[in-house]
Amino acid sequence: MSNKSQPKIISFLCKWCSYTGADLAGINRSQYSPAILPIKVMCSSRVDPVFLVKSYLRGADGILVGG
Amino acid sequence: MGLKSRTVMVIGAGIAGIQASLDLAEMGLDVHLVEETPTIGGRMPQLDKTFPTNDCSMCILAPKMSECARHDNITIHINSQIDSVIGNPGDFTAKIIEKAKYVDPEKCVSCGLCEEKCPVKIDDEFDEGLRTRGAISRYFLQSIPAEYTIDEENCLYLTKGVCQLCEKVCPADAINYEDEDKKIELNVGAVIVSTGIDPFDPIGFGHFGYHKFENVVTSLDFERMLSASGPMGGHVVRASDKKEPKSIAFIQCVGSRDESIDHNYCSSACCMFAIKEATIAKEHIKDLSPSIFYMDIRAFGKDFDKYYEKAKDTYNVDFVKSKVSEITEENNGDLKLRYVLENGDVKFKTFDMVVLSIGLQPRKNVPKLADKLDIKLNEYGFIRSDKFNPLQTTRKGIYVCGTANEPKDIPESVISSSGAVAEALKYLRLDRQELEEKKNAVPQIDETGDRPRVGTFVCHCGINIAGVVDVKNVAEESAKLPNVEHSEDLMYACSQDCMNTIKKRIKEHNLNRVVVAACTPRTHEPLFRETISEAGLNPYLFEMANIRDQCSWAHMDEPEKATEKSKDLVNMGVAKARNITSLDRLPIEINPKSLVIGAGLAGMTTALSIAESGHEVFLIEKENELGGNMRKIFYNFGNDPQVKLQDMIKKISDNELIHLYKNTEISEISGYIGNFKTKIIDKDTNKDKFLEHGAVIVATGANEHKTKEYCYGESDRIITQVEFEKMLHEGAFPKQKLKNVVMIQCVGSREKERMYCSRVCCTKSIKNALTLKEKFPNVNIYVAYRDIRTYGFREKYYTQLRDKGAMFINYDVDNKPDVKIVDEFDPDSKVNVTVFDPIMDKEVEVEADLLVLAAAIDAPEENNDLAKMLKISLNTDGMFLEAHVKLRPVDFATEGIFVAGLAHHPKDMDETIAQSKAAASRAMTFLNKKAILAEGTIAEINTARCTGCGYCEEVCAYKAIEVDPEEEVAVINDALCKGCGACVASCRCGALDLRGFSNEQLFAAFDSLEMTDILINN
Repeated sequence: MSNKSQPKIISFLCKWCSYTGADLAGINRSQYSPAILPIKVMCSSRVDPVFLVKSYLRGADGILVGG
Repeated sequence: MGLKSRTVMVIGAGIAGIQASLDLAEMGLDVHLVEETPTIGGRMPQLDKTFPTNDCSMCILAPKMSECARHDNITIHINSQIDSVIGNPGDFTAKIIEKAKYVDPEKCVSCGLCEEKCPVKIDDEFDEGLRTRGAISRYFLQSIPAEYTIDEENCLYLTKGVCQLCEKVCPADAINYEDEDKKIELNVGAVIVSTGIDPFDPIGFGHFGYHKFENVVTSLDFERMLSASGPMGGHVVRASDKKEPKSIAFIQCVGSRDESIDHNYCSSACCMFAIKEATIAKEHIKDLSPSIFYMDIRAFGKDFDKYYEKAKDTYNVDFVKSKVSEITEENNGDLKLRYVLENGDVKFKTFDMVVLSIGLQPRKNVPKLADKLDIKLNEYGFIRSDKFNPLQTTRKGIYVCGTANEPKDIPESVISSSGAVAEALKYLRLDRQELEEKKNAVPQIDETGDRPRVGTFVCHCGINIAGVVDVKNVAEESAKLPNVEHSEDLMYACSQDCMNTIKKRIKEHNLNRVVVAACTPRTHEPLFRETISEAGLNPYLFEMANIRDQCSWAHMDEPEKATEKSKDLVNMGVAKARNITSLDRLPIEINPKSLVIGAGLAGMTTALSIAESGHEVFLIEKENELGGNMRKIFYNFGNDPQVKLQDMIKKISDNELIHLYKNTEISEISGYIGNFKTKIIDKDTNKDKFLEHGAVIVATGANEHKTKEYCYGESDRIITQVEFEKMLHEGAFPKQKLKNVVMIQCVGSREKERMYCSRVCCTKSIKNALTLKEKFPNVNIYVAYRDIRTYGFREKYYTQLRDKGAMFINYDVDNKPDVKIVDEFDPDSKVNVTVFDPIMDKEVEVEADLLVLAAAIDAPEENNDLAKMLKISLNTDGMFLEAHVKLRPVDFATEGIFVAGLAHHPKDMDETIAQSKAAASRAMTFLNKKAILAEGTIAEINTARCTGCGYCEEVCAYKAIEVDPEEEVAVINDALCKGCGACVASCRCGALDLRGFSNEQLFAAFDSLEMTDILINN
């Protein structure tokens, strides 16, 4: 758990669907936790398992892969 | 035709004129865009949000405005009017007068000091008088061009010879009182008129008290109030006491559907406009009770009914079917409505505020313009066009689009603009263009080997971001990040002057990477990339941090956390930016032929339009005959669809460039923009064939719904409207004399399993009823309906039918008409229809000789297979999903594929013709190029590491990577690669990487976050 302020959930979002979905959530003013930190990828299949391991080792509190 | 020009004049620079100009310019033609006001943009910038997606209007428009301003082929003439257009199509001489601006646009830096000091205060037109402006002003914050202009009628110096304050304070010495009107002469091949509408002015109209009672506003005033960048910063308060209203009444059809003022037409957009305003207002004021007073709710567009239902169910908007007769003001500023319900009951209710949903009317100066252009107006004062030529005016070579010829919503305006372009091509000369190259391209700086010098720009987006996130603080913190050479906050990063600032900073600080923290890269990345490339940077040396859509809007109640998150997002953006490099875009060759799927009205129109512009078309039809649904339409208010159909069939068979394949199915489509390959099968012979083409147009149509309701199929006396039209045409009526004919509307439409309006049925039923009345004047017609949706000029026919005595009975979806066959054993038995009539307040029973059902329009099931083959999407109703419902209504998200006609959504014939021409025009924008540039974000391979295992080949959905059997290494086809990166993640040797999203870049992004390393922790 990171010791500073809010938790951080690294979110790998596919440019075509979930990233667009996250934009739509904003457009609709759907409120969710600011812990979500989006990283745009070209496709969820771009997310190498190594990203997940590295993110956790680095201290991420959670990981979300959206695609 | 002989003479053909390469220049076009577009009059009016609203969304319609902008779209037309962009399409023409993309085809390589020169455009003169003539606009009366000091900016391009038209009405759209005044809107806060757009239905049904609630996208911010300015945010979706701004990229198009900028594209228009920066396109080499477009010349914008602001403050300009048409003086005359003489000559013939292909060779017109147009004279325009460009009014003096009194400010040198080359010198003006748009600082705004002049307006601050200007002593004149005038009601601001853009903000509907809710604030004042100076005599020197900028039309609105994101105006294009961004420079200030002086309004000579109100300037003290120009009228009275005193003041000159602006000249004194201008730091750029840009004021020029000596400026004069310029006369410009243009030689153009065609003219497109897109002058739009004026809002109806309700001052003194009816008993609504506009401008008499402070708390009565128009829907356009209200739009400015809702707008975050508007005069009230998005805080809705009433004028009398600056209090938040807790109840608002929206009054529909103010200036529409009103014969007393010669406005016997429906303005088409106001119902949705009011529903949108009611729901958005409710988002601003949580405990608000909005009510909408309406005659019919006309939510006939794509996804509109879903929006309407949501307003009722989720936002508790109260819909009151009634007519408001009077508004009176009470002492505390509250407004008392007197309204009459359907059954004649008079009611009163008091509201804090009233919004008048004002209609659309022809522009004030249209008669003058029509005179100069020598074109005719219709009975309502709009520019005249006809049903089968909805984009043509009465003068050859002059076309019309947008709302200038009929009120319409934004997507229909955009469609008609692209459509008008296809028409104008008749008189223009298209030369196939070489690879797109900018005329004045700035030489690119080579950043390789240089230390990253990052510039960060944090956008306020009015209060959209700055209302939640501490933007200044984010910008200050970003300045401390490694390699950041410059950081600043900007009011609207996407406005022309802010983009000039970005370019300036790149030069000043020698920046070689740019990070913009603003809205979303989905809409604005292309714009910023273009901007930095104008300053000599490779467009890929750019990153965006999404601090609006994915931060300020999503964490509105947690400003501190949102600020912290914004810093993290900028941090990640900068970290990635430090690792990005220039990327090259490779050319993709374009095959100029196209494939049109479906040969109904839409497919035939598109095919003819493309072929007439000189490109080959493969036209595929699954049936043995051409025409699709059009074969079943016999009447169209004086126009004969069958004559039109035969004419088109002949033109198609005569056109050598159209290769027609009847009775043919498509079994496979592969490839990408410019390079598709399609396998077709002849259903008779079962023989297959491959076709190669550069574009695909989906014009597959739709079907009439086969209903099980209302005893359909149990009696010959119960038929659908399509069957009825055939009966009218053939005269095959039941034997006994027709006495009573009952029509039921919305059969299958606007219900759970089909929550959309089929759009054409109301008009179709009324058309058929009028035809029946012509044949049998004494027949009694009863129409059971939910809302009559005769939008636009179709309203006239509704009035005609009512005048002829037809009874309209409004039924509720929860209390549908009851149908019984009188004698089930008699095959010719009459049909009893019982329906509750709210006007009489009791049930009505009719013994019908004929019951005609307005069955819904269904998406064909085959859409699924085609969508899969083309890798395009369907919406929840099974209809094809366009790239953007408002501004890209003809394109798909996948490049090179377009949609037209019923495949997109139910629509009338004139709308289908417009969209089909638009599809042709959109395809022509790249078919007219020999090659286009591919995206730079594609996979790359380090062959030294590759073992040729073939995993990547297995996972690639686009067949873009293959193992070379001889070299035993994977080879990437750059043109096919979509840059998804599946191969990269699958590679076990680390031989593959993705340009623009490399392992190193993505690692850097999350590595930059302030977190506690668990390895160190433990």
